Amino acid sequence: MTEIFGVPIAALFGQLVLGLVNGCFYAMLSLGLAIIFGMLNIINFAHGAFYMMGAVFTWFLLSTWNISWWWSLLLAPLAVAIFGMVIERLFLKRLYKVDPLYGLLLTFGLALVIEGLFRYKYGVSGLPYGIPEVFQGALNLGFMFLPKYRAIVVVATLVVCFSTWFIIERTQLGAYLRAGTENPPLVQAFGINVPAMITLTYAIGVGLAGLAGVLAAPTLQVSPLMGSNLIIVVFAVVVIGGMGSILGSILTGLGLGLIEGLTKVFYSQASNTVVFMIMALVLLVRPAGLFGREK
Amino acid sequence: MTRAQTRYLGYAVLLVLGLLAPLVVYPVFLMNALCFALFACAFNLLLGYTGLLSFGHAAFFGTAAYVTGYSAKVLGLSTGLAILAGTAGALVLGIIFGGLSIRRQGIYFAMITLALSQLIFFFYLQASFTGGEDGLQAIPRGRLLWVINLENDRTLYYVVFAIFLFGFLLIHRTIHSPFGQVMKAIRENEPRAISLGYDVNKYKMVAFVLSAALAGLAGATNAIVFTFVTLTDVDWHTSGDVVLMTLLGGMGSIFGPVVGAFSIVTLESKLSDKVGSLVSVIIGAIFVICVLLFRRGIVGEVQGLYRRVVGSQP
Repeated sequence: MTEIFGVPIAALFGQLVLGLVNGCFYAMLSLGLAIIFGMLNIINFAHGAFYMMGAVFTWFLLSTWNISWWWSLLLAPLAVAIFGMVIERLFLKRLYKVDPLYGLLLTFGLALVIEGLFRYKYGVSGLPYGIPEVFQGALNLGFMFLPKYRAIVVVATLVVCFSTWFIIERTQLGAYLRAGTENPPLVQAFGINVPAMITLTYAIGVGLAGLAGVLAAPTLQVSPLMGSNLIIVVFAVVVIGGMGSILGSILTGLGLGLIEGLTKVFYSQASNTVVFMIMALVLLVRPAGLFGREK
Repeated sequence: MTRAQTRYLGYAVLLVLGLLAPLVVYPVFLMNALCFALFACAFNLLLGYTGLLSFGHAAFFGTAAYVTGYSAKVLGLSTGLAILAGTAGALVLGIIFGGLSIRRQGIYFAMITLALSQLIFFFYLQASFTGGEDGLQAIPRGRLLWVINLENDRTLYYVVFAIFLFGFLLIHRTIHSPFGQVMKAIRENEPRAISLGYDVNKYKMVAFVLSAALAGLAGATNAIVFTFVTLTDVDWHTSGDVVLMTLLGGMGSIFGPVVGAFSIVTLESKLSDKVGSLVSVIIGAIFVICVLLFRRGIVGEVQGLYRRVVGSQP
């Protein structure tokens, strides 16, 4: 059997793929956080809860109404986005004039409420969700078996992230959004409805979290607690990458997922903590983050 | 009455209440509330007076608790020394956390402290000396200075009350010192404080380490009171709780965190057997209501009301 540093190649690549899949979720969540932060100047602590909602909703659709994963791919993010719009209109709107820390505190409270309610309804044990039939099984690549579904998650994430980047950097709507980030009153003076744009931005951001939840449902365990631990890692990812650049947050997310996968192979005790340690290192060397600019 | 007189009247009332309380209320509950009150006061030193929101203060509380528990139970240190060791442990951790996190500001600061505390959480989850998921059990309360038997709840209460007063007065002294004035200047307008020639990071660092050490003192005392330490003490929910206590009571006011801590500890102890897992929903809802409706907290609102009724005093 072929080995690298005493580790079988197949196992090594297996963990790397798993790491990359985790990295996909980091990337999608940190992308959403960055978009929301850019427009609303708020760190959305409830992001993990929205991700969890996406996954649980996917499970609910299948187990209650027998609606397939494919429909969930559309319905769950939409539901999460609509819920996000309500939250923005009802609560966040009132906080744009005060210190951004209040936004963090409010969304922290929301996360506790949402998670607590879901835990009350569904308990803490996992809710089983199977891989869609088309993607069951694995591809034989010669040196390893690649589970089809994992490959699909990576491809889907790359498509979604690239589309988001394209919309923001290359389209008219994106230009409005970027302008709104820079100078809201001026953009409003040009006749663009800035409050509606803010609501839309929040909806897109949390919709991305919901979509990540749908993608996670078949491969990670669906449970009301799945979001809260993830969000703290994503915060570390955001600190490492900096929220200044969209491509930056995507690359940082994917890269850290890979590093986490590698750690699992070579020193599994540290796999929970490696992202935080990298964050500490980055803070020592480049306090503004890898892709960040000092404000 | 001038404001200073009102304040000293408040202190006198607090002192008498504190001395008489264990005659009426279950001492262990009071001790727990006092520990969290000190914890929240230490946290408020950072949030309310320096404007830094740390979302990882449970790391200091829990670290001190583990160090205290370990030194009292395994190393056989006397209770007083064990509490000191725990506080010192939190202080050292505070230097590390502070050194890393004050490099970024505002929202990033909160995320960094949260992530670092999660690192500590996973470390304690895996380390052998913490007992992992089971925690450290059966920590001896022992004797203070070889003579005072702490097994008696009422005796221990007065020791805990003395520790609380020590921490509270230290914070009070800090806030009303020239150092405290600079802290407030940083909170109000950091660039201005820099332009006046203050080494802002040095001030933030001292405030951070002091806050961490006092949070540690609270955690160490709490470990002795309950005679056990579990992962809950380092969990991010505990960090969230202390943020809420300060927010609810009123940040930037010296009594606010005490009021907030007593409210939340009472609420959690009354509700947990009635609604079970819905406690976190209620905690979250209080967060939302505080942020939306009364950002000054209970004490801040009451003071505002008082001033409106009596008219502002010089």
